[in-house]
Amino acid sequence: MARIAGIDLPKNKRGEIGLTYIYGIGRSTAQRILNEAGISYDVKVEEWTDDQLATIRTLINDEIKVEGALRSEVQLNIKRLMDIGCYRGLRHRKGLPVRGQRTKNNSRTRKGKRKTVANKKKATK
Amino acid sequence: MARSIKKGPYIDHNLERKVLSMNETSKKSVVKTWSRRSMISPDFVGHTFAVHNGNKFIPVYVTENMVGHKLGEFAPTRTFRGHSEKKR
Repeated sequence: MARIAGIDLPKNKRGEIGLTYIYGIGRSTAQRILNEAGISYDVKVEEWTDDQLATIRTLINDEIKVEGALRSEVQLNIKRLMDIGCYRGLRHRKGLPVRGQRTKNNSRTRKGKRKTVANKKKATK
Repeated sequence: MARSIKKGPYIDHNLERKVLSMNETSKKSVVKTWSRRSMISPDFVGHTFAVHNGNKFIPVYVTENMVGHKLGEFAPTRTFRGHSEKKR
């Protein structure tokens, strides 16, 4: 079982994909790491030798910000925006899309589940 | 799309001139400006700007964290006070 940065990697996936299970590592970063470690992308995670695992681990430790550290950095960036009271910060505070998307409809990811406002009864004639 | 780094940050000339002259004489006064598009440079820290939002001037006190943002980001142009309450 390969364990890197506090995450158990899925053992029956190719190395290139397995590494992307770590927060902060995507396909291109995974490929770069494997290149530097001199391991083929196609070697399954469970087939890595202990030496290879160790090199990967040191590479990730030294060069890349992953998991908790990265999450807290992102949170700090958002907090900074909220503290200085700029437009992007206000959008974060209100839980609305930050990058100028429309909010007339959609943008449910940011706004959450629909909150239906009871519609007014039609006046009966 | 972001502005090309080659060009450097954009600051309106007269605004920059005003701030620099204030820095030289170490004077502090509110600078009224319409130039929402100007980037906040490190020279601006500690000054107060009255930034136009299309209707009136919003006082913006510049702190160190704000460097690199534009003045307009701190003076919202829209007012939304929530949807109207349904009356019975």
